Amino acid sequence: MLDYLWLIPALPLAGFLVLVVAGRRLGEPLAGWIATVMAASSFVVTAAVFLALLGEPEEERRAVDVLFSWIPAGSFQVDAALLADPLSVAMALFVTGIGSLIHLYSIGYMHGDRDYTKFFVYLNLFVFSMLMLVLGENMLVTFLGWEGVGVCSYLLISFWHTRESAATAGKKAFVTNRIGDVGFMLAIFLTFSTVGSISYLELNEAAAELSSTTAAAIALLLFVGACGKSAQLPLYVWLPDAMEGPTPVSALIHAATMVTAGVYLMTRVNPLLHEVEWVGTTIAVVGVGTALFAATIAVAQNDIKKVLAYSTISQLGYMFLAVGSGAYVAAVFHMITHAFFKALLFLGSGSVIHGMHDEQDMRYMGALRKFMPITFGTFVIGWLAIAGVPPFAGFWSKDEILLFAYDKSVVLWAIGIVTALLTAYYMTRQVVMVFYGEARWDDPRDAHASSPGDEAVADHAGGPGRRPHESPWLMLTPLVVLALLSIVGGVMQLPFENLHFLEEWLHPVVEEGERVLASGTKDIKWILAGVAAAVAFLGIGLAWLVYERKKVRAIEPKVLAHAWYVDEGVAAFVDGPGRAAFQAIADGDQGLVDGAVNGTAGAVARAGAGLRRFQSGAVRNYGLGIAIGAVALLAWFVSRGLL
Amino acid sequence: MMLAALEPTPSWYLVLAALLFTIGAVGVLVRRNPLVMFMCIELMLNAVNLSFVSLASALDDVSGQTVVFFVLVVAAAEVVVGLGIVVAIQRRRPGATADDLAALKG
Repeated sequence: MLDYLWLIPALPLAGFLVLVVAGRRLGEPLAGWIATVMAASSFVVTAAVFLALLGEPEEERRAVDVLFSWIPAGSFQVDAALLADPLSVAMALFVTGIGSLIHLYSIGYMHGDRDYTKFFVYLNLFVFSMLMLVLGENMLVTFLGWEGVGVCSYLLISFWHTRESAATAGKKAFVTNRIGDVGFMLAIFLTFSTVGSISYLELNEAAAELSSTTAAAIALLLFVGACGKSAQLPLYVWLPDAMEGPTPVSALIHAATMVTAGVYLMTRVNPLLHEVEWVGTTIAVVGVGTALFAATIAVAQNDIKKVLAYSTISQLGYMFLAVGSGAYVAAVFHMITHAFFKALLFLGSGSVIHGMHDEQDMRYMGALRKFMPITFGTFVIGWLAIAGVPPFAGFWSKDEILLFAYDKSVVLWAIGIVTALLTAYYMTRQVVMVFYGEARWDDPRDAHASSPGDEAVADHAGGPGRRPHESPWLMLTPLVVLALLSIVGGVMQLPFENLHFLEEWLHPVVEEGERVLASGTKDIKWILAGVAAAVAFLGIGLAWLVYERKKVRAIEPKVLAHAWYVDEGVAAFVDGPGRAAFQAIADGDQGLVDGAVNGTAGAVARAGAGLRRFQSGAVRNYGLGIAIGAVALLAWFVSRGLL
Repeated sequence: MMLAALEPTPSWYLVLAALLFTIGAVGVLVRRNPLVMFMCIELMLNAVNLSFVSLASALDDVSGQTVVFFVLVVAAAEVVVGLGIVVAIQRRRPGATADDLAALKG
């Protein structure tokens, strides 16, 4: 079965090509079904590869499939090769699995859209790129996928490009990601010049022999790339705006798969990170800082998708905390469970938006549990999972991360716990605002302060008096499946003896870098788990009191609603000192560079004006000149005795 | 004997060539009539031809004479072009001198 590894990315690519050529003729809904079938068959092949690998003994679970020699240039040899090992196959499994579900959902969600087929063209291209990213055997193939998902992300964020805000958000995502990509590229260059190859296997083997400076430089440059793609401080700014895209896109790209690429990359090179302790610490600090920072913002957002976007950034922060703490299994574990419940929440919010006739502002929702029972039921499961309530999937993965964070530093653990409290709080706030309380969807618009997304929403919103409705089964099926996965997802890796399935599976890949817990930490792991669960209930209870019972006044400071004024700050900085600096540089350019060029030209012009006098136009003057010259030349030769 | 003393040597021809060349050069510089200037240029060319021939004969080397043929051919072509220009100028501006033709003055 491993011989058919190439089929995994080839199937979505085939779907992409078919839809590019014949998409318009196929139309709705056939184009959507073709795309879905391609993604689903890719999932089937991945599952077969997974089973084939499972049948091998542990140390032989690795297969490289060289498709062709891509760049044979002297000592720089790059193959277009795919790598199947426990990590890449685990990633491919959930990418194709969740990807198929979201394709299915999109058939219903994008119903009636003008660019229905184009959406699926992009979606299939995305799945292909993402699979190249995770299955790449060397950094360049990964980079190809990395840029591919970036392009798809750009195209899908600005899918409704006639809307100014969507087009701008796409550009923002693209430009911000470029900054990270430069880091990735420099890492590739540095790897080649020091290791002599950009294959992951060779890099990881050579990791121990690299000087600590080189190892740290490569790791940090890769981390810069990861920060861009996975929306970590300070390159997170594009992700909240990316919510301008259709909701299935937010679920697939900006929650479940693409944004986890950075975590995947870090896990892939874990032997390298293992070499230098302080790099891990840096990553952990950035991760936990992002987690807390984004969680505080999520507390005061009113757009249903913005809450989830900041929540995603926060959860990605957890994953980087895990990576930095050397808990690669926990990072992948949380990546997968997060993909389940965050895709569920996004698709649920999409269902709500769909049912509310394109309303996104939670202040105009409420009491939806009676109108959308299935969406409500699944959303609640997602909510409990992300809040960290046992025994839902999110509890187990978050608990494992916090355990390792505690082992590294109590401070990291404490910040993680505070973030967990905030997570439970803002998610409860969202559930209450959307599904509980009294119905507010007929409220006059000016009753609440307007938010940036309002005009866009108003275009689509139906008039007052239209009742919310439950979504079609095409959209509900993925919700139910994801809800089931969010409940049982924790089974992959339970903190009991002999139930560490994921750890055993990933062991060959992460054995170099995985942190060994101190025995003191192991002893109190149940206490830590208890604290985490208690904190989750505390957060839920607090938010319940504030928003459902309304016993406590809500604290939603303006500074949080404006996301700490980061965007405004950047805009002010670029517009003020930034503009002045660029103006100064432009002036300097005009004075110095242009001055030198213009000065030279001016000198030549003046010299020319002086020399014009000799061009009299009279033939006899020229003749005289020639004669004098000839005589002078002759005289010179004679005087030197040359003649 | 006196006549034998007056036997022309190659230097005589060279001196003659120099004289002809000088006459031609001075003519180009001092005359304003285009046609006369033209004739002066021919004179200079032929002065050079004369020196070539005499040197060829003195050094017993035929290549000097070969060059003369080239000069003759080029001069013939040049006369065609030059006379054509002179005629054209005289048609447009009857009685124009070389000094009047200063359209290329910088």
